[in-house]
Amino acid sequence: MAQTPRQRLYTGEELALEASAPVATVVATDVGRWSIWYLIWRRFLRNRLAVASVVVLGILYVLVIFADFFTPYDHLTVNEDFVLRPPQRLRWIDPEGNFRWRPFVYGTQTVLDTENLLWIHEDDPSQIYPVYFFVRGRPYKILGLFETDIHLYGVEEPGTVFLLGTDRLGRDMVARILFGGRVSLSVGLVGVTLTILLGSILGTISGYFGGIVDMVMQRVVELLMSFPDVALWAALAAALPPDWSTVKRFLAISVILSLIGWTSLARQVRAKVLAYREMDYTAAAKAAGASHTRIILVHMLPNALSHIIVVATLAIPGMILAETALSFLGLGILPPAVSWGTLLQDAQTVSVVVKHPWIMIPGAFVILAVLCYNFIGDGIRDAVDPYAI
Amino acid sequence: MLAYIARRLIYMVSTLILISIVGFGIINLPPGTYLDVYIAQRQIQGTSTAESEIEALRKRFALDQPLHVQYWKWATGFVRGDFGRSFQYNREVKDLIWERLGYTILISVATLLFTWAIAIPLGVYAATHQYQIGDNLAAVVGMAGLSIPNFMLALVLMVIAQRYFGQSVGGLFSNEYIDAPWNLAKLWDLLKHLWLPVVVVGTSGTAGLMRMMRGNLLDVLNMQYVQAARARGLPEYAVIWKHAVRNAIHPLIMLLGMSLPSIISGSLVVSVVLSLPTTGPLYFEALRNQDMFLAGTFLMFLSTALVVGNFLADLLLAWIDPRIRYE
Repeated sequence: MAQTPRQRLYTGEELALEASAPVATVVATDVGRWSIWYLIWRRFLRNRLAVASVVVLGILYVLVIFADFFTPYDHLTVNEDFVLRPPQRLRWIDPEGNFRWRPFVYGTQTVLDTENLLWIHEDDPSQIYPVYFFVRGRPYKILGLFETDIHLYGVEEPGTVFLLGTDRLGRDMVARILFGGRVSLSVGLVGVTLTILLGSILGTISGYFGGIVDMVMQRVVELLMSFPDVALWAALAAALPPDWSTVKRFLAISVILSLIGWTSLARQVRAKVLAYREMDYTAAAKAAGASHTRIILVHMLPNALSHIIVVATLAIPGMILAETALSFLGLGILPPAVSWGTLLQDAQTVSVVVKHPWIMIPGAFVILAVLCYNFIGDGIRDAVDPYAI
Repeated sequence: MLAYIARRLIYMVSTLILISIVGFGIINLPPGTYLDVYIAQRQIQGTSTAESEIEALRKRFALDQPLHVQYWKWATGFVRGDFGRSFQYNREVKDLIWERLGYTILISVATLLFTWAIAIPLGVYAATHQYQIGDNLAAVVGMAGLSIPNFMLALVLMVIAQRYFGQSVGGLFSNEYIDAPWNLAKLWDLLKHLWLPVVVVGTSGTAGLMRMMRGNLLDVLNMQYVQAARARGLPEYAVIWKHAVRNAIHPLIMLLGMSLPSIISGSLVVSVVLSLPTTGPLYFEALRNQDMFLAGTFLMFLSTALVVGNFLADLLLAWIDPRIRYE
């Protein structure tokens, strides 16, 4: 791999770091041959769980971004005739026992549960609705740009296809989960971007300049850390004006989440910068007349970058969980906007969950997303130290 | 040592003062004063508020004075045990808070004990059996525990308990004991209900603590004194428990104080699902209704519990680890 002078300099810095750490062993053959980022990438690929998580998360994001395409219904369409309808299974074998190449779903019959006096929806094997793919339905815009009306699947009227059931207003759960995922999966990303900005800037300043700046900053960090985080988040979210638009509220929630998140990152960046400040290459840069800005931007931040990425990746799942909890409590995202947390709001009591277990499905998506981010974070953490064995 | 404690005490008090400023800020965040909210609420209920009562309240909270005077009034009231008034319940906040705060702290402490009792042995096992089935299993289960939202775990466990054991698990007491005076039977009933919130809140903490214990112990096991202990022919359990674990556990004690916030937060959310008589349901209800005196006071108390917990953890660490310097 061809190396520009800058890359070589960078690798040298990493080496100086490694040499100062007594435990780390240096693999001599790899040194200087590959860039550090290639080594990290290679090591990350070796972690199967992390790579699989990247794939799964990628699929989730595609599903969520093109939610309009993947769902036959809109997430706000209310169906009074199909309130809390259980999931309709895709079937291939019809009641006569014949195999059909085209999958189908049963229609719905509504019966009265005389014991609890409730209307219950059941599959009706006498009505068969084949599922067609790439069907025309309600119009929408891909990425808000191109108008189209093609949907991945659908059935002909008056049939319905609620693959994951419906909620208490008869809205399609598939649509609600995918549209809700837009909020839940992006709140972590937006929040973590703010966290990285705040945490690395304040952490670097605090560690590099020391003195009174450092002291004030550390006290602020300690102060923020001495609140129970969910309680503080909830208090700040409750103080948001209720008449704010959905987007404004979403951004405000992200800001609130990163308000505490940056503290731990700032602490770790500060510790790193404190160590780098004593390094020979920093002294060399200073002797060569480099400005503070240059030392920070060229010598310190690149070194701390891998560390920042690890902390950031591991912070995302916490934010997703926090948003879910806040929305679950009715303090986060407010209806009509949906997120996985607001969907779970319907599942607050045991009796509801026992009767309609499918309204817990959004929770499975939360767990999946959080699990994937955790595995990826673990993978990156192991990979950023490519010289260690 | 005494000087160290004194220094930490001063430190703690200054943190509490800063916290109270933030808490007061949060009380004042929603638009309008609490008096406006109060009058509006009374109007909804159909009762008009007497001019004299408004005047009395305004005087009590110094609402016509500048903000720093209001803060001073509020903070000094705090010290005297006067926390303001909950508009929603139309009662003094201090009457509402005590018992609930006690249960929150009870659950938090029980969770802490549970977490440590489970996580330390598991972490030691995982470290001594690195990359074996038990270690990998613990890693996977731990990761799952970290990834499940607390309240969902609570719901799932409640469903299981109700379906398969026929036990109603909401709350902290069975109906017949709720207003009963304290006796052994009530205590037993409490313990029967306590396990669920403790397990639910403790799961994520256990996972994190276990991983940390494993990592620390692995580092320590590479040290030369461990090798030396083995070379002297000490039995393996003595090497692990007397030499390695003792040195690996110190960083965790520092974490003890830091893990309290997440435990209290967790118990807040879980208590809503489990309808426990703790601070959680009342706190979130207060926030949703903008009953800010109640909410602010709760926040203050929870943070105070945290800061005190941190202080105790620091003392414990100083007492256990002779290498800590008291400068």
